[in-house]
Amino acid sequence: MAETPKPEELFQNIDHSLPETPWEDVPPDLSEGRFCYPTKKKNLEYLDLPTTTGGEWSPADEQWPIPDNWQEIIHQGFKDRLEKYRSLKVFMDVCVRCGACADKCHFFIGTGDPKNMPVLRAELLRSVYRNDFTRAGKILKKLNRGRPLTKQVLKEWFSYFYQCTECRRCSVYCPYGIDTAEVTMMGRELLSLLGLNINWILEPVANCFRTGNHLGIQPHAFKDMVDFFCDDIEEITGVRINPTFNRKGAEILFITPSGDVFADPGTYSFMGYLLLFEHLGLDYTLSTYASEGGNFGLFTSSEVMKRLNAKMYAEARRLGVKWILGGECGHMWRVIHQYMDTMNGPADFGEIPKSPITGTVFENAASTRMVHITEFTADLIYNNKLKLDTSRNDKHVVTYHDSCNPSRAMGLLDEPRYILKNVCNNFYEMPENTIREQTFCCGSGSGLNTEEIMELRLLGGLPRANAVKYVHDKFGVNMLSCICAIDRAALPPLMDYWVPGVGVTGIHELVGNALIMEGESERTMDLRFEPLNEETEEDADE
Amino acid sequence: MNTAYLYSLIAVVLLGLLAYIGAEAAGLEVLFGVIIPYLALIVFLVGFANKMLDWGKSAVPFRITTTSGQQKSLPWIKHNRFDSPFTNGQVVVRMLLEILLFRSLFKNTRTGFAKDNQHITYKWVLWLWLFALMFHYSFFVVAVRHLRFFAEPVPFFVSFLEQIDGMLQILLPNLFISGVVLLAGASLLLLRRVFLPKLVYISRPADYFPLFLIIGIAVTGLMMRYISKVDVVRIKELTMGLATLQPSIPEGGISGLFYVHFFFVCILVAYIPFSKLMHMGGIFLSPTRNMANNSRAKRHVNPWNYPVKTHTYEEYEEDFRDKMIEAGLPVEKE
Repeated sequence: MAETPKPEELFQNIDHSLPETPWEDVPPDLSEGRFCYPTKKKNLEYLDLPTTTGGEWSPADEQWPIPDNWQEIIHQGFKDRLEKYRSLKVFMDVCVRCGACADKCHFFIGTGDPKNMPVLRAELLRSVYRNDFTRAGKILKKLNRGRPLTKQVLKEWFSYFYQCTECRRCSVYCPYGIDTAEVTMMGRELLSLLGLNINWILEPVANCFRTGNHLGIQPHAFKDMVDFFCDDIEEITGVRINPTFNRKGAEILFITPSGDVFADPGTYSFMGYLLLFEHLGLDYTLSTYASEGGNFGLFTSSEVMKRLNAKMYAEARRLGVKWILGGECGHMWRVIHQYMDTMNGPADFGEIPKSPITGTVFENAASTRMVHITEFTADLIYNNKLKLDTSRNDKHVVTYHDSCNPSRAMGLLDEPRYILKNVCNNFYEMPENTIREQTFCCGSGSGLNTEEIMELRLLGGLPRANAVKYVHDKFGVNMLSCICAIDRAALPPLMDYWVPGVGVTGIHELVGNALIMEGESERTMDLRFEPLNEETEEDADE
Repeated sequence: MNTAYLYSLIAVVLLGLLAYIGAEAAGLEVLFGVIIPYLALIVFLVGFANKMLDWGKSAVPFRITTTSGQQKSLPWIKHNRFDSPFTNGQVVVRMLLEILLFRSLFKNTRTGFAKDNQHITYKWVLWLWLFALMFHYSFFVVAVRHLRFFAEPVPFFVSFLEQIDGMLQILLPNLFISGVVLLAGASLLLLRRVFLPKLVYISRPADYFPLFLIIGIAVTGLMMRYISKVDVVRIKELTMGLATLQPSIPEGGISGLFYVHFFFVCILVAYIPFSKLMHMGGIFLSPTRNMANNSRAKRHVNPWNYPVKTHTYEEYEEDFRDKMIEAGLPVEKE
């Protein structure tokens, strides 16, 4: 965006002073650039979801195209969810407003907007809950800070539930484990009952429903794209790989986010996967039908999440694989780890995942039948099954960004670190309050990686970028590694803005670079077609 | 200006006056000494049970543990058992650490901005953790000590606790540490809410009211013990009467100060089920903390799981068959 100010200026202007006006009376900022564009109606219709009552609309409009009985719809939806989710009911009741969460949110740190404090984000729902569903609220009314559901409240919900990336950082610090992600998910589900969704989420959802992936890549094109990677790999390594698609009887089905097929630098990690599997001689197949690891349904409603996720087990069953291997993706792993087996299980195919190379049985995935690629690769390295030349990654001074979901909804912390330390020689951690379970979001998760709110994203991503800047200045870190497709899309612009000179990579791109393939030609280029040793010349100068 | 605390303070003062005048001047000892205490207890018991049952009635559809440490995966990777519990036993330990030691608050940090060098800083701060711990533990000790008013003979653990609590052996009667710490803890928590801008901004009357009420309880309690020296024998006569369901107002009467103290306690007890003070029950039911992080190993069942409309492979192939055949992709139907 042209009007985005310089980084120093943007940083200096962050204002954490609080307004005089109580938060209930501050209207949400719904000016251009502060909201995500609403979804096109065709996406809702394609998915049989509730639609708005009008045609095209903008959140900046005074009147929103919602039915006359909208309050009734939301009230009923709220009531249903209180019965269906104990989490929601408990979280509505037990918050004591101790303030521990207040400065834990990347959006609050970056914007200084008090309604981005997790406690107030939850109060947006809680104030209505008190008014509508509690005895004290019904008697004490405003004294209890209850609020009737007005159009301004609805607009506030739209604004702030789409300024939360469901990263769960606040939940780590909350003495009751109140999870704002859960609150935001409920808020978005309620908005969805009126057709108030954003296009950046609903378009991928509609695409995924039809073509099997968010980007709407059709089967033949998907195959073409992967073939194209194989051409590149051949050019770089001299090794020809011919992966199979939709092949029945394969031992393993491999599923990764389609972002890895479509956009740099995710594509290089995809090439890394292909090299790894070839190196092992793995009996695996890719699917064009289940060609998406990610699941933007998670950002819409539990029902839509389930509808999209169903393809994984259906395809595993149809192809008769033994188990599923999943690529590097953040929210995908929240769905797989915490929801999939419950929603679409039990997994009535195959067997408990067992690495055909090392014989390791992944007991921790006994029920879902799905293993994370970094668990798989860490096990290979531990058992000395990979031939690696770590010097090929020597130009990179690497740090690691824990993606929100694998760290706080899964606990996948040491597997990727183990791999990193074995495929590259220069690795530095960011400060301890910004990594592992305390990691900061890229600022663009949960479907917010859309252009129109770029400045908000840069502000939300500031705490992450600032920690990278710290190790960039101190250790010369020039490569930020991660295991999330949204990260790989969102972090490059974030780095270019706040910490120029730092690139972004997936873990398996670095694995791919380091792997010594059988019969390969001498490598002069990395998977990006860039010279392997560009830094060494500079080092010689020093 | 946030006046929420003024309302709450005024409310508590008025309640205190009400009890004082009621018992001292209007002769309503039976109301304040017998009827209201019983009512408060009933409201508490019914309200508390109701709330817990109401929470319990809601489903737990998904296992949404917040993991704060390394999962259990490969045997050679060190599993963080209490931040990412895999078994129910480990969950119990995690919960105990949370409930008894306020572990999450122990992790608290304060975010700071160093504008000159453009660094964001995070400082480990323990004040909230410390105040909370002071407040809750002293309150617990005070409550247990008060059992001496409702049991005869006094249970051994109450006497034992009194000995520890009074180990400083200063003042007469012997100073109980817990009473002072309770007043200090509650006051410090209140001061946070009055002076820290963020806390002022997020606080509601319902956040100040219980603090003022508890401070009121502590102050009247300390006054009775150390300053005005009320007749403890008569108070015990009243409380034993209540405990044995043979309530009576002791001959000669009890100081109005006692009725203020007792009334505050009744209000607090009756207020719990309808307020944020229910966190004492809710903490046990928080799904992000009380569930094991083993959802890939053991299937969790959602009681309301229902079939949804999916896009089947057959529909998919129907849509793209020609293109698939052309690209050499295998199909089910040629």
